[in-house]
Amino acid sequence: MRARLLLAFLLAATPAFAVLPSEQLADPKLEARARAISQELRCVVCQNQTIDDSDAELAHDLRVLLRQRLKAGDTDQQAIAFLANRYGDYVLLKPPFEAETLLLWLGPLLVLVAGGIGVALYLGRRRAAAAPAFTADEQARLDRLLKEDAA
Amino acid sequence: MKRLLFILPVALFAAVIGAFMLGLRHDPSHITSVLIDKPLPAFALPAVRNNQGLASADFKGEPMLLNVFASWCVACREEHQMLLQLKQQGVVIQGLDWKDDAADGARYLVENGDPYIKAGNDVSGRTGIDLGVAGVPETFVVDGRGRVRYKFIGPIDADDWENTLKPLLQRLRSET
Amino acid sequence: MAAEIGQLALVLAFVLAIVQSLAPLWGAARLDPALMGLGRSAALLQLLFVAIAFGSLAAGFVGKDFSMALVAEHSNAAQPTIYRFAATWGSHEGSMLLWVLILALQGGAVALFGSRLRETLQARVLAVQGIIGAAFLGFSLFTSNPFLRLFPAPPDGTELNPLLQDPGLVFHPPMLYLGYVGFSSAFSFAMAGLIEGHVDAGWARWIRPFVLASWICLTAGITMGSIWAYYTLGWGGWWFWDPVENASLMPWLMGTALLHSSIALERRGALISWTILLAILTFSLSLVGTFLVRSGVLTSVHAFAVDPRRGIYILGIIALATGSALALFAWRAPAMKSGALFQPLSREGGIAVNNLFLLAATATVFLGTFYPVFVEIAGGHSISVGRPYYELAFVPVVVPLLLLVSFGPMLNWKRNDSREVLVRLRWPIILGVLALVLGILAFGLSQVLAAGGLALGLFLIAGAIAIPLRYWKISSSLGGDLKRFLRATPLAVWGMTSAHAGLGVTAIGITAVTAWQSNKVLTMKVGQTVELAGAQYTLNSIGEANGPNYQAAQARFTVTTHSGSRILVSERRLFPASQTTTTQAGIGTGFLGNVYISIGEQSADGGLVVRIWDHPLVDWIWAGGFLMALGGAASLSDRRFRVGAARPVLRTEAIKASA
Repeated sequence: MRARLLLAFLLAATPAFAVLPSEQLADPKLEARARAISQELRCVVCQNQTIDDSDAELAHDLRVLLRQRLKAGDTDQQAIAFLANRYGDYVLLKPPFEAETLLLWLGPLLVLVAGGIGVALYLGRRRAAAAPAFTADEQARLDRLLKEDAA
Repeated sequence: MKRLLFILPVALFAAVIGAFMLGLRHDPSHITSVLIDKPLPAFALPAVRNNQGLASADFKGEPMLLNVFASWCVACREEHQMLLQLKQQGVVIQGLDWKDDAADGARYLVENGDPYIKAGNDVSGRTGIDLGVAGVPETFVVDGRGRVRYKFIGPIDADDWENTLKPLLQRLRSET
Repeated sequence: MAAEIGQLALVLAFVLAIVQSLAPLWGAARLDPALMGLGRSAALLQLLFVAIAFGSLAAGFVGKDFSMALVAEHSNAAQPTIYRFAATWGSHEGSMLLWVLILALQGGAVALFGSRLRETLQARVLAVQGIIGAAFLGFSLFTSNPFLRLFPAPPDGTELNPLLQDPGLVFHPPMLYLGYVGFSSAFSFAMAGLIEGHVDAGWARWIRPFVLASWICLTAGITMGSIWAYYTLGWGGWWFWDPVENASLMPWLMGTALLHSSIALERRGALISWTILLAILTFSLSLVGTFLVRSGVLTSVHAFAVDPRRGIYILGIIALATGSALALFAWRAPAMKSGALFQPLSREGGIAVNNLFLLAATATVFLGTFYPVFVEIAGGHSISVGRPYYELAFVPVVVPLLLLVSFGPMLNWKRNDSREVLVRLRWPIILGVLALVLGILAFGLSQVLAAGGLALGLFLIAGAIAIPLRYWKISSSLGGDLKRFLRATPLAVWGMTSAHAGLGVTAIGITAVTAWQSNKVLTMKVGQTVELAGAQYTLNSIGEANGPNYQAAQARFTVTTHSGSRILVSERRLFPASQTTTTQAGIGTGFLGNVYISIGEQSADGGLVVRIWDHPLVDWIWAGGFLMALGGAASLSDRRFRVGAARPVLRTEAIKASA
């Protein structure tokens, strides 16, 4: 009897869990959209999880709310905006592209380009001076030595 | 020119260290509110007790606090005495009973004292979501025209009142 | 008693670290062999005492000494012994002790095995290592003392978080720390080189084993962490771009660049400034990582109990260490020019380009991790930077790099004919293009990125195999046979092959899992069967299973694929001591992918919430990681590059004699 009770407790212990079957929408296309969007929304009460993964109750509420919005006909953008209007950009795992985040989005490219120019200049300065022409014999020896030097 | 290149790392580093030092003052789990300087989202909530529900229309005429609480919230008890004191001093505090049964909320207020002028029950949490509530307790400062001017996260202690909320309320009062 | 011994040992270690910082520095400046010798002794003694301190803490945990505050907070009597031992580093204070232990280990290694080093260089390396050690020992003693006692002692302790009661805790943190704390020695060598004003091929030869060993451990540590997250967290994720994960990735990227750059320095005396800068940056990123985990500046699932005051102390250490290193770099490095000349199309040039891309990749991860902090302090609002950002920003930086990886080993030093290089890689290129075309045909144009990922991985693997094949060609052209080839080909070549191939294997795994994983969430009753990705899942039974400190509800499934059937078990465990519940997933591993089952609640009518995933080729991600680590180990054991290979060293007697 105790074992049965324990079992029941274990399987009913926690309040909410990541996406539950009961939350899922009947329409598979809508549900797929909901899952995809959930994975791009941050659980605001967790330490770094999406609302799709999180066990928190607020995450459950937001998942349900999201599906309600999609059922009501919102586009993906509208549904996301609905939540962002309430919790701010914090809830967006993909940061918006705006003046404040310009450095974030363009930074990598900037580093590559600036660094690329720098490296190109650097390599140019390191170029070996033109060497005098070799005889055929010397060229053959050189080629063989270079091949072995590949080791 | 080449010298400049070698100085770049240490210069960038100094900037980063400065940023980290400033960053240490912020609690990253305290998210900024989107509602600042915007009108309170419309809501009308049923009563917690005494047949006095809470609606967004109640926030007019003078600046007041909207305190989000719950009977199951441990941290809320920390600030409860503070809130009762503030009510005695004449501060208008409205209550939002978040994700809580009205009966539990009512019992909590009867047992511990009721610092609220009016209190509304949000059992589903939808109004909380509209307000961007992420946990309890949270307190909104709403001005006389129904606009949110500040959001305080966590329990309010004497220092928070003296240094942050009291001067803000005074300033808002002199606005109208 | 153990706590007192540990406390005393820690204080002694602190004093010794200070001696280790000052004596050799002064000794090197005055060419005083006694002082420099004192530095060596201090380093070895410091190692001894830190080891004693660490041992004392571990003894407290294993011996269930609940009068020690740390032991009482992170372990209880019912906890299995191995997890009581591992709990030694399961807290901020304990992990700091592990940090200090590895710092001391590095110093000890330099003192013990560095007898052939130029004496002044060795002294300065020990001094810098000592300064860092002293700073962290001070941090430990004054803000995070692991040996605090509780009075009265509680009869039992608080259980260690059940999620941490796992073999992962035994291996992952020590491996990680050996990795990124290991890079401290490279940092010290860099600082010492800058102080001396002289860095050359010999210097690079010395840091190589230290860098390589650290890199191997970090690679293995990150791989283990990913595996642990996969099977523990219940939803099959293997990388989350969590700030603390990023904190281990950044030193890894820079460490990889450092590794390759030091090869160019060692072989050709090229890329001096690059290598020094990378050595400084790699360890600095490790320091930033430790700052991240302990200061609370960012939220993370991995963070210890955060304390901004500790953050300030660590920030101070970073400012001092990295700040002075970079300042010294700005002052001294311009004068330390190498005379090495090389064409752009050369191995040196390739390594320079490699450095650039890895730097850009690191910058991307750094930006993504810290941008929310930057925005907030600039007065902005709270933002988040998550997976979608990294997929758009990090991947495009890394993909061109991966394309170039196969070219590197095919480049000779100094100069190459571009046509010849392409000829050497003709088969990998052909195979890669073929794979891309076949992929597009098989999966459709809409999945061109996935096809590209697979083709890229194949190109990397083929390019890696081409390396020993090139040796084989040379060996057989000189009349050798297989035995001769195996004997003549250095281990480092096999190391390179394994590591680059591992990269390809990981790339394939990541591509497959990202593009083709599938998932079902549903309620199942006993006896019900459901289908996912061509496999049948049947819920056989729901029962009970108990462990040493937990009670569990267990569900048994039969999974049938075209190749057969297997039983998978998923559990929900309740740990009564801490009242926490964890989920153990049932994972069926396979060469072509894993199946992953995780159970949830059971409703009143007997329906059990079941989550099923299909993860194609996911094990390849970690197999590739281990291949990389293996490759590193092969290179490390290459006799040619052993530290101590004959190199004339200037002894102070010789200096004095000539004076």
